[in-house]
Amino acid sequence: MDMPTKQPKLGIKERYSLLTRDLGWEPSYQPRERIFPYSTYEGIKIHDWDKWEDPFRLTMDAYWKYQAEKERKFYAIVDAHTQNNGHLNITDARYLTALKLFLQAISPGEYAAHKGFARIGREFEGVGAQIACQMQSLDEIRHAQTQIHAISNYNRFYEGFHAFAQQRDRIWYTSVPRSFFDDAMSGGPFEFITAIGFAFEYVLTNLLFVPFMSGAAYNGDMATVTFGFSAQSDEARHMTLGLEAIKFMLEQDPDNLPIVQKWLDKWFWRGLRILTLVGAMMDYMLPKRVMSWKEAWQIYGIENGTALFRDLARYGVRVPTGWDEACESADHASHQLMLGLYQWSFGTSFHAWIPSDEDMDWLSAKYPDTFDRYYRPRWEHIKKMDAAGTPYQNVGLAQLCNVCQLPAVFTEPGDPTRHCHREVDYEGEKYHFCSDGCRDIFNDEPEKYVQSWLPMPMLFAEPNFGDVGKWMDWVGLVPGQDNGDYAMSQDKARFEAWKRQTASV
Amino acid sequence: MSTVFIAFQANEETRPIVEAILEDNPGAEVEQQPAMVRVSAPDSLTINRATVEEHVGRTFDLQEMHINLITLSGHVDEDDDRFTLSWNS
Repeated sequence: MDMPTKQPKLGIKERYSLLTRDLGWEPSYQPRERIFPYSTYEGIKIHDWDKWEDPFRLTMDAYWKYQAEKERKFYAIVDAHTQNNGHLNITDARYLTALKLFLQAISPGEYAAHKGFARIGREFEGVGAQIACQMQSLDEIRHAQTQIHAISNYNRFYEGFHAFAQQRDRIWYTSVPRSFFDDAMSGGPFEFITAIGFAFEYVLTNLLFVPFMSGAAYNGDMATVTFGFSAQSDEARHMTLGLEAIKFMLEQDPDNLPIVQKWLDKWFWRGLRILTLVGAMMDYMLPKRVMSWKEAWQIYGIENGTALFRDLARYGVRVPTGWDEACESADHASHQLMLGLYQWSFGTSFHAWIPSDEDMDWLSAKYPDTFDRYYRPRWEHIKKMDAAGTPYQNVGLAQLCNVCQLPAVFTEPGDPTRHCHREVDYEGEKYHFCSDGCRDIFNDEPEKYVQSWLPMPMLFAEPNFGDVGKWMDWVGLVPGQDNGDYAMSQDKARFEAWKRQTASV
Repeated sequence: MSTVFIAFQANEETRPIVEAILEDNPGAEVEQQPAMVRVSAPDSLTINRATVEEHVGRTFDLQEMHINLITLSGHVDEDDDRFTLSWNS
């Protein structure tokens, strides 16, 4: 656009002050503690809410203007995608597995974040924080809507996209992000903003959106790049809000430090576990890869995280307890999870496959210390079983971690040949965990996590009573169509047939 | 030394912004990735409205960046004339 922008009459700082702080008022007929009953029970002490800073100084009028422009851009590209056979421009249909996993597992989290920010925008006492949370709440519902809309671009042509709501509630691996958001939303407002605003958005969201969306672009998926980058354009503001929230709590009272540190330890670990799904997407599911999970961890995890925690050290904050284990697991986690997804691919609404020789060479180059030693031999063995006509399926049920809800497929810190499993007895029941990090989270609040909705027990509960066929129907999964090895899938057959058609025209 | 960075969608609206950053921040480095461009710099990075205006050839509101912003790292300080990212370390 070459239109001249009018010089604003007020400076950005003045405008921000008038359009946020000036909207607050001192209540006269109700005491503050009755209006804001949730702002103190977590133990966080706030003395002056006016010290809350929004460095972007975005006001609602500017917010609507820029969001409207983002939406126009988004729908222009989505229209172009549907008008130009965008579903055929992807590298190959293996890519759809990454997309399905994203839409099934991550998009419901956007909606949960919308609800959470709407709630804490009401619960926080300061007007600066209220407005920032209101904007983020609106952003998050926009992300949920555009992502759910993006499903329709592919649902017309490919399998596994048809049961979004059912799978959000019932299929086993979507409970990983769902339990993450439910855990945050059942905390208080300060824990919620530490969990979602800081640990997830600031420390980890780059790992989710940036390499993945760049990967979508590289694999020709215009619709996804567009919803991804459109969502991500709000993300810089969310990250900044998360960082401001942490600084605000730490500056308001020294007593807040141990509470904040405990939340950082917890939510860093929970967020890292979710991102294992992204690691598997980046290393295994993109036909054309941008960077490995380990490289992304290096840039967005280590480089960025080190700068951040070095900066926050002036408040007495240290790196989260799981940090070293996270760095070590960057060499292993994506392989371990993908081996799990392959062996349980009869129970997923996406396809898995054995990596090709070329894929494995790429993985060797990216993981020189671990892939050939620990993971290539397992894939080679699986390949042999497949060639012999006895493909490897684990028909047993995965032991899920009671906190992160991932199958306990990870290994001991310091020894990638030993399976890691932790148990805790609590009030006569045994609870299982994938790691020390998840076990410690349980031990801190056992009365919360004994209530976890775990998907495996649901197979045995009413109405499925252990019948796998019934369970498939209940989760919205069509066996032999939505799941299993990609090599045998209708998605592959159709994509190849349609590509031949367009090539011969 | 800590690195700050900012990443934009790679398009015609952000090209002049990236050029302005490189002009005003001698330590800044650009990295092109599929569909995006990432600029990083040691300790701090400033985007000046006046420099962007020279490159874009019109008046420019720094908040227009929100449309094409992907991510950033560092503390943000923004007023009408400049946008700065920095770490205290």
